[in-house]
Parts: sequence; C-alpha cells; structure tokens
Amino acid sequence: MIRLIQTAILVIVLFALVGCGDSSWNSPYPSSDVDSNTYYSSFYERPKHLDPARSYGSDETIFLAQIYEPPLQYHFLLKPYRLVPLSAAEVPVPRYFDAAGNPLPQDAPLDMIARSDYLVRIKPGIRYQPHPAFARDAEGRYLYHALTRADLDGIAHVTDFRETGTRELTADDFLYQIKRLAAPWLHSPITGLMREHIRGFGVLADELGAVEGQGALEHVEALRRARISGVEVIDRYSFRISLNGKYPQFNYWLAMTFFAPMPWEADLFYAQPGLAERNILLDWSPVGTGPYMLTENNPSLRMVLERNPNFHGERYPVEGMPGDAESGILADAGKPIPFIDRAIYSLEKENVPRWNKFLQGYYDSSGITSDAFDQAVQIDARGEPILTPQIRERGISLLTSVEPIVYYMGFNMLDPVVGGDSERARLLRRAISIAVDFEEFVSIFTNGRGAVAQGPIPPGIFGYREGEAGINHYVYEWRNGRAVRRSLDEAKRLMEEAGYPGGVDPETGRALAINYEEVATGPDDKARLNWLRKQFAKLGIELVIRATDYNRFQEKMRTGVGQVYMWGWNADYPDPENFLFLLYGPNGKVAHQGENTSNYANPEFDRLFDQMKYMESGPERQAVVDRMLEIVRADAPWSWGFYPKAFSLHHRWLMNAHPNQMANNTLKYRRIDPVLRAHLRDEWNRPVTWPLWALGALVTLLVIPAWWMVRRRERSTAL
Amino acid sequence: MIAYIVRRLLYAIPILVGVNLITFLLFFVVNSPDDMARMQLGEKRVTEEAVQAWKDDHGYGKPLLYNAGGEGLARFTDTIFFEKSAKLFVFQFGSSDEGRDIGYDISQRMWPSLAIAVPVLIVGLAFNISFALFIVFFRATYVDLASVVLLVAMLSISSLFYIIGGQFVLGKLFHLVPISGYDTGLNAWKFLILPVIVGVIGGIGSGTRWYRTLFLEEIAQDYVRTARAKGLGERRVLFGHVLRNALIPILTGVVVVLPLLFMGSLISESFFGIPGLGSYTIDAISNQDFAIVRSMVFLGAVLYILGLILTDISYTLVDPRVRLQ
Repeated sequence: MIRLIQTAILVIVLFALVGCGDSSWNSPYPSSDVDSNTYYSSFYERPKHLDPARSYGSDETIFLAQIYEPPLQYHFLLKPYRLVPLSAAEVPVPRYFDAAGNPLPQDAPLDMIARSDYLVRIKPGIRYQPHPAFARDAEGRYLYHALTRADLDGIAHVTDFRETGTRELTADDFLYQIKRLAAPWLHSPITGLMREHIRGFGVLADELGAVEGQGALEHVEALRRARISGVEVIDRYSFRISLNGKYPQFNYWLAMTFFAPMPWEADLFYAQPGLAERNILLDWSPVGTGPYMLTENNPSLRMVLERNPNFHGERYPVEGMPGDAESGILADAGKPIPFIDRAIYSLEKENVPRWNKFLQGYYDSSGITSDAFDQAVQIDARGEPILTPQIRERGISLLTSVEPIVYYMGFNMLDPVVGGDSERARLLRRAISIAVDFEEFVSIFTNGRGAVAQGPIPPGIFGYREGEAGINHYVYEWRNGRAVRRSLDEAKRLMEEAGYPGGVDPETGRALAINYEEVATGPDDKARLNWLRKQFAKLGIELVIRATDYNRFQEKMRTGVGQVYMWGWNADYPDPENFLFLLYGPNGKVAHQGENTSNYANPEFDRLFDQMKYMESGPERQAVVDRMLEIVRADAPWSWGFYPKAFSLHHRWLMNAHPNQMANNTLKYRRIDPVLRAHLRDEWNRPVTWPLWALGALVTLLVIPAWWMVRRRERSTAL
Repeated sequence: MIAYIVRRLLYAIPILVGVNLITFLLFFVVNSPDDMARMQLGEKRVTEEAVQAWKDDHGYGKPLLYNAGGEGLARFTDTIFFEKSAKLFVFQFGSSDEGRDIGYDISQRMWPSLAIAVPVLIVGLAFNISFALFIVFFRATYVDLASVVLLVAMLSISSLFYIIGGQFVLGKLFHLVPISGYDTGLNAWKFLILPVIVGVIGGIGSGTRWYRTLFLEEIAQDYVRTARAKGLGERRVLFGHVLRNALIPILTGVVVVLPLLFMGSLISESFFGIPGLGSYTIDAISNQDFAIVRSMVFLGAVLYILGLILTDISYTLVDPRVRLQ
C-alpha cells in the first residue's frame, strides 16, 4: 500500500516535471509558448455570431474588429473620438442633392436635401487572409467551390483544407456585404435602420424575401444577382452609397463591422452542403482583411487570433493628446503594426480563477471584479483610485476611463402617477431624483467606479459639458467648485407641492406606493433593493419591488405597465444623437417599439432633436443640445443615474494599453515584452513542492501504524 | 433476457415522451418564442418584424402544443412541440438556435466530460471502497468513530468549497497545477489533475459512508461468522466474502451512473473551464437555446434509462440467482 502511494506520487511528480519542461507547473500554456510573442486574455461570454452582418455584441466585437476592416475606424489616441480611414483611403464627405438631382452646398437647408451620396474610395492592394474559399487550381478554377460529401472526408475544421488562396479587396465586396445586410435569412439587427436610410435597401430586402427558405447556395446566388439602387460600384476601388435625405451619423456606421467587406467566394464556400453539419460556417469562421485571422474557434475553450500574413500594413499613430508623449503611449509612433503575432483568449466564466490567473501572470490584462476590488484598488486622500501596494509591487498599472454608457432610473411616462406632463408628476419625479442618492449608489455598489450623471450624454461625447454649465440644477447646486446634491428638505418640499405631503397619497391616506420593476437574479440583489427602498422611504414613499426575470421585465417595458425601472444604454457611436434618441417621442417603446423605454414625448424636445440630428458638431449644435438637456432635466423622465468607469489592470510587459471606449480594433497597437513576461511568470510561479513530500510523509505515518494494527489484530487470539 | 430488454426499451418510449413534454412545458413557461428571438437578435434595435422573421425561420412561429387552425392530425403535428420533438427519437438533434449542429457539438464536447468523470469514478471508487473496508476492519473502535466524524464533516461541505479551496491551495498557493483551463489531446492531463482530485475528495464523504454501511450489513451475516469460524483471516473475510457480496448494491450505484458520465458536471466544468457537456447545458439554459436544452435533457433521459437496463443486466452477472424475465 505504502509503495503504491509512493509510486503514485512519484509518477505525478515525474509527469509534472516532464510535461512542464522549463515552464511553471501551473502554467495553462504549453512550455513551447513560454517566450512567444503571444497576447493572453480571457472572455466571459461566448460569442453568438461572428458574421459581421449579424454581430452586434461586445462579446463578439473583440474578435471581429481584429479580423474585419470596415471603411473607417476611430483614431486610437485622439479625443474627442475622431474617425480616420481603415480600408478606405479617406473619410468620405457626403455630397447633397435636391429632389431634381442637382448638387447642393454642404450648408444646404435640411428640407432641400433629398439625397446624400457617400463616395468611398478604398486603398488598393488590400488582400484577404489565406482561405480555402479563394484557392484555385492552375487553370484558375476554384478548388473548393463544388465540394462533394466525399471531398469532406477528414475535414473537421476550415483549417483542414490543404490549399488556400487570397485575392485583392475590391469595391464589389462592400456592395455584396451591404446586400447581405438586407437578406432576411441573416437577421441583421440593422436591417430596419438601413431600410430607412439607404436608397433601395427596402426594395432589395423585399425582393430577397422571395427566395428565403430556399437553400443556402440559392441564397448566395440571389445575393450575387441582386441589385440595390442606392449602392453603386464606380470602379474596382470605389463605390457610392446614396442615402435618403441627410444622415450625418452614417460615417459612424461605416466604422462598424456591419459594413466590413465580404467576398462572395467565402459566402459561397460556406454555403455548400456538408459544411454546416461540421459547424464550418461563415458565422463561425470569419474571412477578413484585418491584421489578424481566427485560427482556432472553440468558443467553449478558447479563441486564437494569429497575424494575417497578407495584412496590408498600417503604422502606429504619430499624433496624440497632450501628455501622451510623456506617458510613453507614443513611443511606438510610426512603427509598423501589429506588434503581436498571436492572441489567445481563453473562456473564463468564473471570476476567481480569472483574477488569480491574472495575478500569476497568465493573462496580460484584466478587469477588476467586485470581489477583487479591495485587493487591487484603494482610494487615496484625494478620492482618486490607486493600486494597493501588493499589486503595485508586481508592476501592474491601472487605467481608468469613463465608458460611453449611461445607467439610468427611468419613469414610465405613460403611468398616471409618475408619468405624464402634469406639474404634479413632474415635481414628484424631481423629488425622487433628488432623494435617490446615486453618489452613494456608485460608492456602495460599484466600488466608486462611476461618475454620477447630469444628463443622458456621457463625458467624451459631443454635447457633454464639464463644470457648472453641465450640472442638472434641478437636482444639484454648484457649491465650492463642485456639484452638490440638493437637500432632502428641498425634495420633501417638492413632494408637498406635488400634493404628497410627507409622502402620503391624499387619495388613500397612506404612503404613496410606487412599483419598481426589477430583474432580480439572486441574493446579491437584496442589498441593492433594500438601499433603493430606503431612498424612496426618505420621502415617505413605499417602494414595492416587483422582481421578475429579464424576459418578463422586457415584456413590461414593451407593454408599458411598469412605473419605475433601471436600465442602461451603450453607445453605438460617439454622437449626442445616439443618447438623446433614447428620449425622442417617435422612438417610444410602447407606441413605436423604439429604445425610448420611458415613452417620453415632448414636442419641443422632439423638434429640437430633429434639428440637432442633422447638424454638424459645433457651437450651434451645442446650443441646441443644451436646450434639449434643459427640457429633459426639467421634465425628469429619468433620474439620471451614472456613467460607469472602466478599470483595467495591465502587467508591466504589456505596452500601449490605452483605453479607447469606441475603438474595438486596438489589439494591433498593443505590444508585449515576452522575455520579461517569461522571467516574471517563472519568478511568481515557482512550484512549492514541500507539501507533496509532507503529504507523502503524512500518508506514510498514517499507513504504517494502520498496517501494524491490522497485522496485530489478525494475529491476536479471540480471547 | 432479450425479450426483457426489448420490453424495457418499449417502456422507455412513453417515458421519453413524458420527459420531453415536461421539458417543453417548463421551458416555455419561463421563455416564450419571442423571448428566444430577442435573445438571439440582441437587445438593440430589435423590431417586431425581425422577431417574427426569426421565429418563422427557426420554426417557432407555430402554436406551442395545439394548432386550432389545423385539420385532423395536423392540429397536433403542426406545432412547435411535435416538430421539435419528433426527430429527437431518431437522435437527430438538429441545429442550435445559433445555427450550430448540436450532434456535432455533443460528439466534440463529451470527451472533456469523460476525461474528468471516468478518472473521478475509478479513483473515487477504489479509494472509497478501500477506505470503507479499512473502517469496517476497525469497526466499533475509535478509528471507526473518528472516520465517521470525518466523513460526515466532508459530506457536509459544499462541493463549491472543494473547488475553490483546491484552486486556492494547489493552484494559487503551491503553484502545482493550473487553476483552470483545458487543452486537447495529451496536453489535457495537467488540467485534469485538479478537477479529478477535487472530484474524488468531494465524493469521499458520501461514497465511503455508503460503502461502509453496505459492508457493515454484510459483515453481520451468518456466512461471515461461518467464514471466521473456519479460521479465515480478517483480510480474507473482507475481500473474499464481504466485498464480493456487497457488489450488488455497489453495482447498482455504479452502473446506473456510467452512461451519465457523458453528461458532465455543471458546476465543476464551469469553474475549471472544461468545455464539456455540463457547461454546454448551462450555457444553453442561460442563452435560452431550447434546441440544445431539449436535446441534452432527452439525451440525459435516454442515458439514464440505458443505465437502469445495464444495472438490471449486471445483476445477472454478479448474482446467479437473478434472472431477467
């Protein structure tokens, strides 16, 4: 028995020694990768779609944005966010035309503009990643465009095809992708929006509807044959998109992967019978022109991106913000990118292992979960977050930035008590807005990772104002150079004016009861809900929590049966229109299925929105935004909540980790020092072997007497 | 025996229909086809038209269980329930709501589940039986008492504690094994050490206590007294008689779980980042992917029935008195 245990321990130790080689025993990566130029990170949610026509989630964009190249991208360093060319040669400037087709000047009145044309010129010489869809034989025939079932024997992944090919990116590929956005079988989330804007898009969508339900190959053929009047290929490297009227935000859409080029060869290749059964789908195996290509797609384990050998090349930006040169973020200015050869993203669903593996050096960067916050961050005397000494000792750096997201507490404006345009309801909403202390909320429930909102537009987006000019004076006052929440007495006075003295509803003679719609997922929510009850109780209001699941919550929002709720919005693009449209009347949730979940409607606000939407950013537009903000602050359809702050940690061997909340294709700018990483990982993860020997000794100590007792018992007599 | 097996297989059909029906009802009480469509289409800019198109495209545009607009049998067959369930009986799982082939995914993901479950079962079984025999050898002594106290303490502790504790001690503190992760092929072995150790230790409390009870019951039998009276040593009595005769209940417990090893562990796979069928099921539930949920529940039910039949057959192997009729 003892020998057996000793042998087992020896075998385990030997296996560990042999298998781990030079690397640490606890390394989750092969020893051959120990000093490779590989970036290591993790992901929490598996991506649902990797087809650029379908993907709309951040879980997917972290991969897609490295692979596909839409015409435009956001400058890596400049703020406010600025669009710069990616696959396009320059940022397109729209040309305007009247109803008769006559050109109009850039400052033409909105009502005269019947059409906007965006001429997109693409850079010549861009080539797709190596892919079997492009492989041809000596006579130029495609090798894998007429696959039979027999051809697929032994094929489990797209990488199993022996031959690959490439070709140059052309304007036709953009046209093909725009047609795909209209294809009903692809269920693109922006079909409805583009139907409104791109000329002929709706007609095309209806035409394609006729072939829906036919086979995948028929779908591809239909797309290739289809015409769209609003998109015209001018020549090999340029195409024109015509929009109905004016839509200045369209360039932002050109920076999203929806508008990344798609070669028809790839669509046809994946449409062939037999591939879907092997999960070899375009939705899972992207084909792009970007700096990286997906070489391993196992979303239940890991996603691996590798340098695209056909990448056309790009250089690190040379222009930055004041202070960037001193901070070292411009140290690589002008150098060719990408720097990293390979990126491995491992699925890590639980916080504890993710955090511990980051501390061990097995992930190059990490967010900070609430559980680990106190271990990583402390607040200094000025109220600023700094790293704890033990984290600083490891050379880890902290980067923070306010995200283009707003979390708000909304009032359902269709509700007879908290909603509507009456002064009574307005005063009630303002009183609640004062009473619900979001500074405290941010401090308690987000570890201070948030900035309290003064309106719907977060910092960094045009329209946001700093300082006194930017405060919501219905809830705050400016004192000693900072915004201070108005007193509870003031809120109580508003309650009295609203006809609820002491929070008592005169109709019932009891405390005013307000229902709060909540998606409660577990016991962790209890503290937050209790806190919320206390905030309303300050005014004598009884908050009734109506907890439900997310499906029912959404249903309540769609049908408008709730009273108060909390929700958020993550910007599609850095424009005030993308936040103010959340309060635009024709965008109401109940009446129009839009994103205005409060169903707020104010004719003056809507009029100004229609004006602001089409304006170029500048003082005039700022003035309109200011007026709009004043209206919604007065009406208070939301208690403005907060803008979350992203906290990210980076090891010292990772360079150029600059927080840019709009750009998703930032992997190409990152650089690592693999030698330093290997050294530190080794230092931090030396195996502690004494417990193994101690365990062996303990087992021996237990087994020997036990064995002795067994023998003694067997040899003893019955009496 | 063949007639018995055929009869049991035929009995399985109404059971599987029932399981399928209950899964269907439970799933659609919580999630409607509209909810599923919205989950797949994302939260932004989803229109009613898009929701309807998704439902039609994925076969969720029909009535759930009864189609009042249909005629004859179509009232029942032209429904979501029938169309989604019928093919399961020929093991055609179809595509997930994300568009991936479920059968292919299952064939890929069952291996990581087995890679953990099989060693945990074998090592756990060997350890638990050995430990139980050891305790039984020292029955009614302080060794027995201390062991039972230890076992009760061990089975009272949540499996989550073993997982997090194991990750902390072996992975973080001593740097002996990776905290989580997985790799394919032979590279997987170092990722299996910790889950297997945790799985075995987590099962010691309940397993050893169960086997101890079985052995104690056997050891009080007359034939054991007779064996001792004939002068057999205690070790011979335990291994040659008690263990062999306790095999029937042990087999009952073991054979019935054999097919279920494929299904993986829901919690363990999630914490250790193992891409098995347990995490596949959990992901499907959180993503409201009914196609995967019904397939996994159906597969679980089939394997459980199979396990029961195998148990019955194994009785005849270990106990010659048992005949299947």
